[in-house]
Amino acid sequence: MAAKGWIEVSDTYCKGCELCISACPQNVMELNMAHLTPKGYHPAHTFKDGCTGCAICAVVCPDAAITVYREVTKSVSSMAAPV
Amino acid sequence: MTTENLVYERPEAFTEMPTHYCPGCTHGVAHRLVAEVLDEMGIVDKTIGVAPVGCAVFAYNYFATDFVEAPHGRAPAMATGVKRVLPDRVVFTYQGDGDLASIGMGEIVHAAARGENITVIFINNANYGMTGGQMAPTTLPGMKTSSSQSGRDVETQGYPIKVSEMLSTLEGVGYCVRRSLHDPKNIRLAKKAIRAAFETQVRGLGFSMVELLSTCPTNWGITPVNSLKFVEEHMVPAYPLGDYKVSDAVKQIKI
Repeated sequence: MAAKGWIEVSDTYCKGCELCISACPQNVMELNMAHLTPKGYHPAHTFKDGCTGCAICAVVCPDAAITVYREVTKSVSSMAAPV
Repeated sequence: MTTENLVYERPEAFTEMPTHYCPGCTHGVAHRLVAEVLDEMGIVDKTIGVAPVGCAVFAYNYFATDFVEAPHGRAPAMATGVKRVLPDRVVFTYQGDGDLASIGMGEIVHAAARGENITVIFINNANYGMTGGQMAPTTLPGMKTSSSQSGRDVETQGYPIKVSEMLSTLEGVGYCVRRSLHDPKNIRLAKKAIRAAFETQVRGLGFSMVELLSTCPTNWGITPVNSLKFVEEHMVPAYPLGDYKVSDAVKQIKI
């Protein structure tokens, strides 16, 4: 079973460029049209379950706005952090 | 949320300042890769960056390292001075193509020829981003910019300058490669190259440069996602990715 992960997108940094959305292998990201950041962008968020914590979104993010977490299981915890 | 769960977070070599770059500009990716490498090598406290003139002119606001601001194109000359006075520090310049390949061409060529022990991060986005997308020496043949509105005419405006190929012919160069920032795989390869470039400097093995193919969504007039496609379809064929010079001593480095 795939690992379960989750992300936090910073309102301070996200500019809604959508690079993470097109890069997400699970297609679980979209812009949050119900929310505006202080700069006036619609930030990215995960809109459904399925995030595996692979951190591809963080790899392509030009603004280092995404923090990635992954549920710890025995097999996963021994893996080296990506990037 | 324990650190046990953490897979990725913002590098510590960054300050808290949000960047001024346009949404989707890969300058931010390049900044992040440099910051991650500085974190991994544990050299944030002894690194001195040299900011260029161009979009990255405010780079000193974003890195938690010491920084100086050079006149247009003169970052390699300033880095030479800094490195010679403080040889135990890690000195890098971060330059765009308008800065490095145009007005600063003399400085970069001679810094490389002298084998100055500095690292250069060269961002190639095929135009002058900060001033409104004018034609740069790296603009592709036929590419429309605000100062070549019917496309770059090679008859009158010449062909693009391939900086990595050119500098790789110089004796003083220890490490000279070209990478791209258009997809996760290439971003990871770019990070490895930046690490190797800094390792080259730390070991005193000569001049090191990483050329990064980058996007300029605003001045190209296309979305950030389409800009990445443009890099893949048009820039990578014109500027082939690869290792142009890796000296024998640099090949021995085990990271």
